[in-house]
Amino acid sequence: MSRTDPALKDLPAGSRPGSTKVVGKNVTKVDAFKLAKGQPVFTDDYTRPGMLYAKVLRSPHAHARILDVDVSQALALDGVVDVIWHKDVKPIAHTRAGQSYPEPSPYDTYILPDKARFIGDRVAVVAAETLAAAEAALERIQVQYEVLPALTDPRDALTRTDVLIHEKADSRGISEAGKTNVAARIDKQVGDVDAALERCDLVVKREYHLPRVQASHIEPHVSMAWLDEDDRLMVRTSTQVPFHLRRMLARILEMPEARIRVIKPRVGGGFGDKQELVVEDLVSVLAMRTGRPVRLEFTREEELVAARLRHPQTITMTTGVMKDGTMLANRMHVLADTGAYGSHALTVQGNTGQKVLPMYPLPNIHFVVECVYTNNPISGAFRGYGAPQGCFALECHMDEVARELGMDRLELRKKNHIRLGDTDPLSAKLGEGKEGLVRIVRSTGLDEAIRLGCEAIGWGDKPAATRPERRRGLGMALAMQGSGIAGVDWGAATVKLNDDGSVNLTAGATDIGQGSDTILAQLCAEELGLKTEQVLVLSSDTDLTPFDVGAYASSTTYISGGAVVKASVQLREQLAEVLSQHWDCPAEEIVFAEGQAVSPQGQVMTMQDVALHCLYKAMVQPMATASHMSNESPPPFAAQFADVEVDTETGQVFLNRFVSAVDCGTVIHPRMAEGQIEGAVAQGMGYALFEEVLLDGEGRVLNPNFLDYKIATALDMPEMHTILVETDEPSGPFGAKAAGEVPIDGPAPAIVNAISDALDGVRVYRIPATAERVWQAMKDAREDS
Amino acid sequence: MILSCEINGRAVQLNIAPGETLLHALREARYLSVKRGCESGDCGSCTVLLDDQPVNCCVVAAARCAGRRVTTLEGLLDDPLMKRLQRDMVDAAAVQCGYCSPGMLISLYALLRDNPDAGDHDIRHALTGNLCRCTGYVKPVQAALGDIKDREVQS
Repeated sequence: MSRTDPALKDLPAGSRPGSTKVVGKNVTKVDAFKLAKGQPVFTDDYTRPGMLYAKVLRSPHAHARILDVDVSQALALDGVVDVIWHKDVKPIAHTRAGQSYPEPSPYDTYILPDKARFIGDRVAVVAAETLAAAEAALERIQVQYEVLPALTDPRDALTRTDVLIHEKADSRGISEAGKTNVAARIDKQVGDVDAALERCDLVVKREYHLPRVQASHIEPHVSMAWLDEDDRLMVRTSTQVPFHLRRMLARILEMPEARIRVIKPRVGGGFGDKQELVVEDLVSVLAMRTGRPVRLEFTREEELVAARLRHPQTITMTTGVMKDGTMLANRMHVLADTGAYGSHALTVQGNTGQKVLPMYPLPNIHFVVECVYTNNPISGAFRGYGAPQGCFALECHMDEVARELGMDRLELRKKNHIRLGDTDPLSAKLGEGKEGLVRIVRSTGLDEAIRLGCEAIGWGDKPAATRPERRRGLGMALAMQGSGIAGVDWGAATVKLNDDGSVNLTAGATDIGQGSDTILAQLCAEELGLKTEQVLVLSSDTDLTPFDVGAYASSTTYISGGAVVKASVQLREQLAEVLSQHWDCPAEEIVFAEGQAVSPQGQVMTMQDVALHCLYKAMVQPMATASHMSNESPPPFAAQFADVEVDTETGQVFLNRFVSAVDCGTVIHPRMAEGQIEGAVAQGMGYALFEEVLLDGEGRVLNPNFLDYKIATALDMPEMHTILVETDEPSGPFGAKAAGEVPIDGPAPAIVNAISDALDGVRVYRIPATAERVWQAMKDAREDS
Repeated sequence: MILSCEINGRAVQLNIAPGETLLHALREARYLSVKRGCESGDCGSCTVLLDDQPVNCCVVAAARCAGRRVTTLEGLLDDPLMKRLQRDMVDAAAVQCGYCSPGMLISLYALLRDNPDAGDHDIRHALTGNLCRCTGYVKPVQAALGDIKDREVQS
């Protein structure tokens, strides 16, 4: 694909892979040492004089009107400064989803609601001198509820209209408000699936069930807010979306953005769960009311009850295929539970099909979503953003189709998967909650990933089980994702030269631990011929850095990285212009490398001398700001493989080995890219085997702690092989695509397909594949036969 | 009440409340490498050494530490073994968000102090109490083993 293709945004021609000095190298992560020393760099490590502690009173009812709240006894407690409930804040409907404006999520949420919609919904908030006083105050708040019938089964919520979780007057942008409990519907078709299914030799239909899981970043949600000397609202918070937050806070607090500063320090993990306004509004309101700094941190129980969960879904897959393995039609029907509020409801579910179905770009594809409100805890963004659910259904289904067809499951995939130059059949029909842009695959390492992955796992050569009661199996899955949201995501960066030849790089891009500050520093250093440590990165402070949409949708390297490349090239051009006068030579012939500028005649200046010349002789401040967006969202690809053993007596699954071969374009930092993949595999393995937020029939979370909600420990991990398959994506900085999300899609289907391989086709259709479920599936299969 | 104990080699007196956890007391006293992740002894972010043994200090009553030795990461910054571990964690890119890193480093320190030849399984066993959601534990284990390929870090 030509670099001059008009569809591509104009990244400077120099930003290609090849003889790079910094890009592609394992430089020291810019924040690693301070983190390894335990320096106080997280939100809660800061404090301010007179800081108050906030705590939230949560609803014990799944659905109840909050008729009256008596706060007098709480306020009478020593140390309690303020208690607020819905009568104390102006009701302004909004969404808490941190998305570009106008958000494609319905405005169905209030700072404090007059109706609790799940067990754990906000009822009142306390600010007190100590945490103990705040906790004691919660016990003394008297609430009068009118308990309403609740809906906790999404199938009920889809059909029943006698109970409405959101009433029309309460909301904006719920298309069926006042009539049904549907939060979002999608019905998009390419070709004619029904007609195609008639013509197919074989039609396979199955239903797959996906659980609620929680991001479980180890740092909980935490924010603090205070008024500065100019009475401006300062919000220091653990967030993925500082600029969206500022805009959302301005709207619901009815003050201009100019009065608000959002500061993001180091963040202890986010994984999508912090792409949302979860606590910032409460500390802001309390700080403004009390005039005191206010801090609110979630407990682990609150994380599991009142933060966000991956949407649970039931997916029905119908596939039509010819005897030779040519697939003609795919239909994916998704029933999803958004819980009490609809943040990310439309777009997560959109991704379930849009990011997943194009893996097999069939002439006939039908994608249907029904996403309903229930009185369950709130679903939202979580790494993969709908794609892990869709990928599980599709890739399990591929094995089922191959089995029924009597065809090798790898061959079926190879015959039908997307290739270089193919058009993604769904992208134009389905963008970020609206029509999208046409997507063409301009780079793919999928075939190579499959080849290398097969080699690493020993595909076709199943190893023997290690014990007599165990059976062994291999499984695989293919995955693709995006790199940012085409035509929507954008970011900006500023580069400024200092006296000693170092540069300040300020970017809106949001490092939440994934290492984006380091990646951006590498891109900048490469373009300017500097070392990474000469690039001083400051990111995500709405007063100090330019705009960026934030850390989500696998966008930072690809989108924000593009802005850094552009700004760095512009700075280099400014330096060349100054030096061309000094050296009397054409600016474009001056080369910047290894910390020096070199003229065509061979004159040499260190970057320090260049800086001193600019600042004290030419008297100019070399400084450039650039913005970048892309009408492309090039898919990174993954081929992932699992080697499992199943204990036939207990149903317990042992994951022996896991192989990930991932094409994320040019790799900017190999070790950090591997780290993204390895971490995603740990999360995906939990999704496959043991993670599930359990609810009782009333919508109450039964396992709100890390003892009962299990995430992977070091001993749970399999032997891991991670393979980076490099490609050159023409629209990406130095050829880069994204790495953050695609590797979480494949682990669950690869592992479950391996279980099925071990058990001669016996399959669990509901994850996590706990011992009990696997044992039950084996028992059912024995009874059926 | 007043708690007298030794923190990082210095005799200190902390003003604590009855029932206050060691985690809370340490953070209040600005030992901020000690992180709060679950307050139920499950995640290991608050791992410190109590009389040289690793504990989750969120489930240790501060009052139980009278006369005992508490060591946080701040107290080990000049220790050669800890410096080696930190260097290797950084070189291996084992520090992603870094929130669990101090606790992980304390657990690894206690292991390797007592068993310098600890292997892969020993390391994983020592880390089971330290939940990390970013890394999948591959790089932290490599760091503990000192098994880092292409160590020369380029810039």
